[in-house]
Amino acid sequence: MRLPWSRRDRPRRAPPPVEPLTASALTWLLAALALAVAPQATELSVWLSVLFAALVGWRGFIVFRNRALPPRWLLLLVATLAGAGVMIDHRTLFGRDAGVALLTAMTACKLLESRGLRDGVVLVFLGYLLVMSNLLYSQDIPLVTYLLAVILVMLTAQVLIHRQHAGLTALAPLRLTGRMVLLAIPVMLILFVLFPRIPGPLWGLPKDAYKGRTGLSEQMAPGSVSELIRSDAVAFRVRFADAVPPSNQRYWRGPVLWHFDGRRWTRPEEPPVKTPIPFTPEGAAVDYAVVLEPSNRNWLFALDLPARLPPRAGMTPSFQLLRDQPVNEVYRYEMRSYPAYRTAEPTAMERSRGLQLPPRANPRARALVAEWRQRDPQPEALVRSALTLFREQPFYYTLNPPELGGEIVDDFLFRTRRGFCEHYASAFVFLMRAGGVPARVVLGYQGGEMNALGGYLMVRQSDAHAWAEVWLEGRGWVRVDPTGAVAPNRVQQGLYAALSDSRLLPFLARHGGDSEWLRQLALGWDILNNSWNEWVLAYGPERQKEFLSGLGFGPADWTGMTVAMLIALGGFGVLYAGWRWRSRLARDPVARAWQRFCARLARRGLARGAAEGPLDFAGRVAAGRPELAAGVWEIARLYAALRYGPVAPPEQVRQLRQLTRRFRA
Amino acid sequence: MVATLEDRLDQAVQQVGTTILGKERAIRLAVSCLLARGHLLIEDLPGMGKTTLAHALACCLGLQYQRIQFTSDLLPADILGAAVYERQRETFVFHPGPIFAQLILADEINRATPKTQSALLEAMEEGQVTIEGETRKLPEPFFVIATQNPAYQIGTFPLPESQLDRFLMRIELGYPDAQAERLLLEGEDRRDVLARLPVCLTPEQLREAQARVAGVHAAPPLLDYVQGLLAFSRQSSLFRGGLSPRAGLALLRAARAWALLHRRGHVLPEDVQAVLPAVVGHRLYPGEEHLEQTSADLVGRLRAAVTLPA
Repeated sequence: MRLPWSRRDRPRRAPPPVEPLTASALTWLLAALALAVAPQATELSVWLSVLFAALVGWRGFIVFRNRALPPRWLLLLVATLAGAGVMIDHRTLFGRDAGVALLTAMTACKLLESRGLRDGVVLVFLGYLLVMSNLLYSQDIPLVTYLLAVILVMLTAQVLIHRQHAGLTALAPLRLTGRMVLLAIPVMLILFVLFPRIPGPLWGLPKDAYKGRTGLSEQMAPGSVSELIRSDAVAFRVRFADAVPPSNQRYWRGPVLWHFDGRRWTRPEEPPVKTPIPFTPEGAAVDYAVVLEPSNRNWLFALDLPARLPPRAGMTPSFQLLRDQPVNEVYRYEMRSYPAYRTAEPTAMERSRGLQLPPRANPRARALVAEWRQRDPQPEALVRSALTLFREQPFYYTLNPPELGGEIVDDFLFRTRRGFCEHYASAFVFLMRAGGVPARVVLGYQGGEMNALGGYLMVRQSDAHAWAEVWLEGRGWVRVDPTGAVAPNRVQQGLYAALSDSRLLPFLARHGGDSEWLRQLALGWDILNNSWNEWVLAYGPERQKEFLSGLGFGPADWTGMTVAMLIALGGFGVLYAGWRWRSRLARDPVARAWQRFCARLARRGLARGAAEGPLDFAGRVAAGRPELAAGVWEIARLYAALRYGPVAPPEQVRQLRQLTRRFRA
Repeated sequence: MVATLEDRLDQAVQQVGTTILGKERAIRLAVSCLLARGHLLIEDLPGMGKTTLAHALACCLGLQYQRIQFTSDLLPADILGAAVYERQRETFVFHPGPIFAQLILADEINRATPKTQSALLEAMEEGQVTIEGETRKLPEPFFVIATQNPAYQIGTFPLPESQLDRFLMRIELGYPDAQAERLLLEGEDRRDVLARLPVCLTPEQLREAQARVAGVHAAPPLLDYVQGLLAFSRQSSLFRGGLSPRAGLALLRAARAWALLHRRGHVLPEDVQAVLPAVVGHRLYPGEEHLEQTSADLVGRLRAAVTLPA
């Protein structure tokens, strides 16, 4: 018979068909899901953030007030509306943004129909997906740290779901989770270091995954570079092997623009070749490694002029480095450049491209050049004349140039006379071409700031620059920076020193001033980011090979790495198992003999329960296997007496060891 | 051959078993409780043999027996006794109440008012009563079996948690199984059986047995196990508040008595587990999320959750 055991007892209900989630498990789960979605709150549409918060709140209310879950039709309605909302927002259900939005909405709906253990498990895995989806937007240190914390909470929820009746309270589940995470760390490191890396992303990411990245554009029009100046995001970081070249030699070469349509400069299709374009170096080489931030472009930046090719990259005839795939991960490559050089004769096509001009445009500029040519037709003299014009006439270097109208070169040269680097480069190349000197525009970055503490150079988007190259007989392509003629400080000390209206610059690009200490702090933070980039995000196939051969593994291919990884994982597993076994295996001979005996029976399917005493165990074994009864009882009685009795005479201990050794189940 | 103390105890258990059929485990728990100098609370419906058990124990162990039927108008003096003026001797003479006996059956303790209940419970705790400034020792051994009807009833005063703690064990007798019930129906009147019960133990022998309980060895691994049980009860959300240190002592004392009754000089985990439901069942209360669980379920969980040291 069963009696109620005290008057506070409620009448027993029939056991429910599903094992329900406990309030504590659900609380942790709700917290973990909310935390996982929180970083995306700004990316998601407002209605979706509100919906998610509302549904999580509703589920919490149901738990704490012990209300019923909403009816199925209502849930179906909410889910349909949410799906339609995503569809209206993004015009698709696929891709990064729509996918994440849909995942978020459906997770929230799932919450409202989850009552049992199984639902809890599904939600936890949806939660892990939500955590990972954050990485599609950013992979910086604060976010990753935050996501690790979210994983800890999610894991705790998982522990509570799976062991909800173990009665874990307060910190006990967190402690268990912490132990699991600690154990996972070596495995994570092994997998990170040794799992064979493949170039590019492991699986195809949706096209919209890379939108919204700032960077150089592939054409140049008035205002296109100065727009970029407003971002202090780091474009790339460079570590030099030896001395750092002076600022006026740090021209980071990007796309080379040949074609001018009267307003914008564009880049023709120049197929890259798989070997470096030859030139004659004059002077010492500079060796350095670049860690490039994702740009969604194939461009790799290098100092003038690059003499080496990173893996999976090619070089255009105008010395631009191109990778075979757009850079959507942090990418590290090693380079060698020669700051002093002499290039070969241009081809006929280069010559004709280098002289292309829209017919009849900018007549005043053409007239000016014709006048210069009459004085001295030498190309060098034309260059000098143009630079003298910029230097001696009232030209100003400014971030906020007035709008140019009509014939933009004429308008700039004779009316506004205020411009940023793109105005000067554009006008200069126009003048050269009009004078019959092949010339082209080069886009890239100039200068960069040394992070003294970290010993590396930071090149920001605000260092974006445009300059010119002219072809001079006997010297090849020569770099001419007309901006340097107007504002020499720009080239020698950076943008900040050159601008009078520097308030327009982003915070981190401003030097000195009241908040210099804050900027220094930011530089310190950048060091951390740089190490993160160099060692975690840029740990691609090349870096991996280099790292492993640095450890003395020799050239490692993917089979070797897989074997090494399996061995390391196995080794760790064996180590851990051994440690567990040792700590479980008692030093005490009595306990050890008993463990051996129990292990032997366990192999025959007669495992001792964790809370089963020796005599209870013997009784159970004897009932199940009567032929073993005598031996089992003898051992169990002897063990019980030695273990729990007041004395353990050595001869009896010996007897127990003999008995257990001889015991055969 | 001279019967040893253990033999006599066995014999007592067996003799009581002839009156209460098929309840050997409950009888052994009751005897262990007595040996551990604790008091026993039997929670069961009427007619399950509580009185018979008390009576049979008293007979077999040679104890003076008193039954007190608790009612709502019972006063402390009705239990403890009172001084009454005697005209011939011209003085107050103390007339001891029914509590001055070695084995007391406090029937339906939850029917009396809290005041009367605490008079009994204090006597149980102290082993003495104080009436009109004079302290009187209660006889040795002194063993109280209280019964309580668990069904919801109007006009009862359930024992508060703190007073439940005064009972070393709480047991339920439960219905006998079919075979035992058949024997019961076939057999003679229980009163006749009771009258024929032999005395198996003298009070001195009982005192000696009680003294020997304290000497039963509890090895370090066993104490580890007991501590493990206490620790789990305190950490787990299964329970609202864990076991007190007093509960731990009670558990160990009861386990020692159980071990002695089973002819062992040392306590095994099995002994602890055997007395566990009776000793801790009324000392644990289910936690917020486990209100619908019975005490037996909870103790079962506690037992299953704590692993034995190897």
